[in-house]
Amino acid sequence: MTATIDTDAPETRAPSATLAVLKRAGVVGALVAVAIAVALVQSGSGIVVWQSVVTGLLTGGLYGLIAMGLTLIFGVLDIVNFAHGALLAVAMFISFGVVQATGLHPYLTMLVTVPALFLVGVLVHRGLLSGSGGATLENQLLITLGLSLLLENGLLLFFGAEPKNVGLPGETHLDVFGAVVAGSRLYAFAGAVALGLALYWMLQHTGLGTAIRAVASNGPGAELVGINVRRIHTLTFAIGAACAGAAAALAVPLLSVTPTLGEQFNITAFVVVVLGGMGNVVGALVGGLLIGLVEQLTTIYLDGQSSLLGVFVVFVLVLFLRPQGLFGRRT
Amino acid sequence: MLTLEKLSAGYGRMRILHEVDLHVGAGELVALVGANGAGKTTTLRSICGQLPPQAGRIVFDGGDTAGRRPDVLVRDGLVHVPEDRALFGTLTVEENLRMGAWTASAEDTTTRLEQVYDLFPILAERRGQVAQTFSGGQQQMLAIGRALMAGPRMLLLDEPSTGLAPKLTWTMLDAVREIRDTGVSVLLVEQNAKQALAIADRAYVMESGSIVLSGGGGELADDERVRKAYLGL
Ligand SMILES: Nc1ncnc2c1ncn2[C@@H]1O[C@H](COP(=O)(O)OP(=O)(O)OP(=O)(O)O)[C@@H](O)[C@H]1O
Ligand SMILES: [Mg+2]
Repeated sequence: MTATIDTDAPETRAPSATLAVLKRAGVVGALVAVAIAVALVQSGSGIVVWQSVVTGLLTGGLYGLIAMGLTLIFGVLDIVNFAHGALLAVAMFISFGVVQATGLHPYLTMLVTVPALFLVGVLVHRGLLSGSGGATLENQLLITLGLSLLLENGLLLFFGAEPKNVGLPGETHLDVFGAVVAGSRLYAFAGAVALGLALYWMLQHTGLGTAIRAVASNGPGAELVGINVRRIHTLTFAIGAACAGAAAALAVPLLSVTPTLGEQFNITAFVVVVLGGMGNVVGALVGGLLIGLVEQLTTIYLDGQSSLLGVFVVFVLVLFLRPQGLFGRRT
Repeated sequence: MLTLEKLSAGYGRMRILHEVDLHVGAGELVALVGANGAGKTTTLRSICGQLPPQAGRIVFDGGDTAGRRPDVLVRDGLVHVPEDRALFGTLTVEENLRMGAWTASAEDTTTRLEQVYDLFPILAERRGQVAQTFSGGQQQMLAIGRALMAGPRMLLLDEPSTGLAPKLTWTMLDAVREIRDTGVSVLLVEQNAKQALAIADRAYVMESGSIVLSGGGGELADDERVRKAYLGL
């Protein structure tokens, strides 16, 4: 029995926690500033660096949205969903297919991809994960990895390996203080950040959102107040998958759609989740922006090397220096 | 309200409870006391649906509870406050309380919130504070408050005085009595037998998973065996 002796509550703890987050945000900001300064010295061109910063942040918004789904699932269900990238690929093909078949605007395919991925999420959780088969960590790992392979190969079978492209009707290029940005990139960013904030708002301010946080905080406790925990798990998994669905519709004009495109996103999203703190939804959004930035700056530092290299360096550094992530575990 | 008929339960194939018979009438405050490891918590976990019985029956409000999960039993009016409180540590006091009323209507939530804040004013003062920053006593108040939010007809309380300063123990037990006075049936588990017997209408004494004595609260407090074994007199 862990008896806590009653004293007055340490009220100071709450403000000091906020302070700690602010401090860490300050440190991160300083590191980013240094990284940008070094890039400036390295390239000798302000406009090149500015272009990278803008491109990095814009791409990072999408990473954030994808990673939010992943981190939400982890935070509530304690499952690392290795099929998240494959689900993204499935959603991209749905988006591509809808555009091909109906000529719908790519962004409007969200009306299809989000419900479709939500449904896929429900089926995957109910069918594969929530039964006794998904009880242990190893099983969850095997199930989600297996599903990932199954989905990729299914896509390969139906659509072939040839990359598919979806153009944005009326694509324009905008000038952002000297940096040239494709409209599709800017809209995707705006959409991703808006959806990410909406998801955060839902978690903080609605009954369902509070119940999701309650289940994440104490599963047995949630059951004792009358919450059907299994249903919340299914819903959360489905919402996480739907995030990939939304991200797919936003990103489809930016990428070549291939069955294996999820693999790289899987890695990136996982790094973002760890960086932001596993289970921390806001952390994922911020982490996404940072990783987008790191990717672009890497190409400046290493002049044309794989941008993943920098991502891995950051990943390893975080694992060694701050394994709980920048913003701690869970919201 | 609640009847256990030859209830046997345990973990895996290990049997902890042996044919326990126990009854709590409507509006009654019944104490279940016993030493460390006697099986009190196991009893409550069986009743609330966390631990399926190995044999015997649990009858709540006229129906066998077999196969009903805790969340279903909450809807039926049976609410359990576990030993570890099981609070939502990352949520605020008010969010914890509102989650307690997950099965209730919006109007009921509002009225009950006022009632709980009246019963435990400290919760009202700290409604915006995150639960994990609370001290033991405040956590216990929050746990009971959260349970009341469901509008229970029966409460299972597992050692509500654990970790409290002596002064607060009485505040807590007074609150338990007040809850009983509003018509809620209470099954109160306590290691602290003296105080539990003092407020209970009736009580059972458990030893190694079996009920060895039962009777009125005052009657047991005067019993020679109980005084020796549990009251240290
Ligand atoms: N999860 C578990 N798995 C296996 N055995 C358990 C488990 N929980 C409790 N036990 C065992 O069951 C017996 C009864 O435990 P229980 O927690 O019901 O006692 P208790 O009367 O509540 O004791 P306390 O006053 O310390 O809370 C103990 O011997 C304990 O070791
Ligand atoms: Mg116990």
